[in-house]
Amino acid sequence: MKKYLTSALAAGLVLCAPAARSQQAATAEATAPNLNYQAVPNFFKSPPGDYMGETQGVATNSKGDIFIFFRGEHSRLWEFDPSGNFIREIGKNFYGFLFAHSVRVDVHDNIWAVDEGANLVTEFSPDGSKILMVLGHRPKVTDGAVATPRGPNPPDANYTFCRPTDVGWDQQGNIFVADGYCNNRVVKYSPDGRFLAKVGGNLPGKGNEEFSLPHAVQVDRQGNVYVADRGNNRYQVFDNNLKFKASYTNVGTAWTDCISTDGDHQYLFVSNSNPNDNPPGSWAKTGQIYKMELDGTVLGKFGHAGKLAPGFQVVHMMDCRNPNTLFPGEIESWRVQKFVLGK
Amino acid sequence: MTRFLPALLAATMLGGLSAAAQDLSFSASEPLQMPKDTYFGEAAGVATNSKGDIFLFQRSGQPTVSLGGSRAFAHTGAQMLKFNSSGKYTGEIGKNLYGFLVPQSVRIDAKDNIWAVDNYSGMLMEFDPTGSKILMTMGRKPESIDIPEGPARAPRGGALPGAGAQQDLFDSAADVAWDAQGNIFVADGVGNSARVAKFTPDGVFVKSFGSKGADNDKFAGPSSVQVDASGNVYVADPGNHRIQVLDNNLNYKSSITGVGDPSALCISPGAHQYLYTSDSNPVDNLDKGGTIYKLELSGSVAGKFGHAGKKPGEFGTVNEIDCRNPNTLYVGEIGNYRVQKITLRSAPPA
Repeated sequence: MKKYLTSALAAGLVLCAPAARSQQAATAEATAPNLNYQAVPNFFKSPPGDYMGETQGVATNSKGDIFIFFRGEHSRLWEFDPSGNFIREIGKNFYGFLFAHSVRVDVHDNIWAVDEGANLVTEFSPDGSKILMVLGHRPKVTDGAVATPRGPNPPDANYTFCRPTDVGWDQQGNIFVADGYCNNRVVKYSPDGRFLAKVGGNLPGKGNEEFSLPHAVQVDRQGNVYVADRGNNRYQVFDNNLKFKASYTNVGTAWTDCISTDGDHQYLFVSNSNPNDNPPGSWAKTGQIYKMELDGTVLGKFGHAGKLAPGFQVVHMMDCRNPNTLFPGEIESWRVQKFVLGK
Repeated sequence: MTRFLPALLAATMLGGLSAAAQDLSFSASEPLQMPKDTYFGEAAGVATNSKGDIFLFQRSGQPTVSLGGSRAFAHTGAQMLKFNSSGKYTGEIGKNLYGFLVPQSVRIDAKDNIWAVDNYSGMLMEFDPTGSKILMTMGRKPESIDIPEGPARAPRGGALPGAGAQQDLFDSAADVAWDAQGNIFVADGVGNSARVAKFTPDGVFVKSFGSKGADNDKFAGPSSVQVDASGNVYVADPGNHRIQVLDNNLNYKSSITGVGDPSALCISPGAHQYLYTSDSNPVDNLDKGGTIYKLELSGSVAGKFGHAGKKPGEFGTVNEIDCRNPNTLYVGEIGNYRVQKITLRSAPPA
């Protein structure tokens, strides 16, 4: 039997990660109106005989194609057409694909994959055939298998990541990387990949401009940066130079966020994802996705925790290009669902 | 032992002036076209043969450990791809080969044989010019790996200071070069071992030079080796910020400094040979180094170009340079997952 120890080690790290266990009361839960929504059953058609694993990332491009980044034999990236039919696999045998975490599509339709096993952020061309840029560096394997690190994280470096989680861009093309499980920071790079600024550092913290597992990052049209601070059950908002502006603490756990881009009015979607291990009672108070104004006003909520569709089993990332069509990816159900809001 | 102290002093002085060295004007392109569903990885090795074919030896796919009954086994992670002179893909060499784990270098000898140097298997594999047959192997891949490896890893060989009992084995082989007689010189390497070893054309061990350290008979970690037409041996030692020049019998001659941290070397053929060296930036720092220097064999700087970065014409941790044509370089980058073709303009900028 063949096992992949590197993946196994990485998986072990996830289990030891500081999961957002302490359930803060979702204070918006009682007051937020329920949004009408419709689930589209069995939307995505996998190729015959093949399967998705933990669906970590999901993103759409301007043509409506959907990209799903999941954990299979290694990281795998699949592209589907707007009807959910499989088009192609991207990044087969790519050196930067080890343990998937997020995929996002920029305004040029370039596809960015964030891999927390390879510690790499990769920009693919819109058809997925070429690598346009890589950020970070896959750790050397020449030293052989290494024991899982213990103790405080080593100092962060400007051009390498420690289990990065997500990527976003402002209108100028500056790149923001959430990093991650062992670093606790967000880093800003120029469009050419040169280090500009960071907030946070290697060590976790609870104060403003500190993080405990920054797990997702999005940027609005004004250049403000929204970070899911998962371990602290809050979203922190920063200006374009990564100076603290606000904190949203009333929407439960803070696994992931998404800012819509269709239309002039941008919305912020966040997920009060149920915890990995589903402790008793957790499903009763977690699982919903909130729709918010960028200023933090809660507009409504939809969805609930549950293993069977249309329930959510730990929403990990979601696409909300069209604010009325959401594609949440669930880490524990190995699926991405399509939801139409307002019906 | 003969030493050329005046040459050393001259080289050092010239090196000290390198900041004022002439900036060479150049253009950059990325000619290699990958076949469908194949991606650039860390472009550790790039070389051309006499026909202009281009060989890329890259870190790719998944370096994998399989758990066995009582031991763990490492395999895969390397890919050797061949392109014609216009960059069109023409085939893969050594797919899933036993010794292909972590590429460090590919070099083509005078007979167009293809030499792959693998860092993790500690092996050199010589292919015939078509890449279909293995002519010779040097070193031996460790049968298995320990998990977890202890703090003081058992040396795979060659780790003993200078010539040791295991002179046929390499610790982390980095590069290979030949003199006009076909003798083989191996930089060994970027692991625990810190030596250059000489072998006969048949692969019989002759001599080893160097051990860990900073003195002139020591290396921090030789990462690249080249031999000029007179048989002198040039060894890049980035950790000590110098190129060590040895005679053909591996006696120390001189040091070339003032060109940053020399990481990748290439000596061009022809009547007037040039030595190219890359001050490669560390993988975790894009704001430092990256310049490629063009040197006379004496060590004097003829020019320089480039700096670290991700844009076209910038360099991200250059690991190997091909300079068969001294004005058309192929540069393999670890940090940027690409091979750039650099065309140096003959006329200096106004």
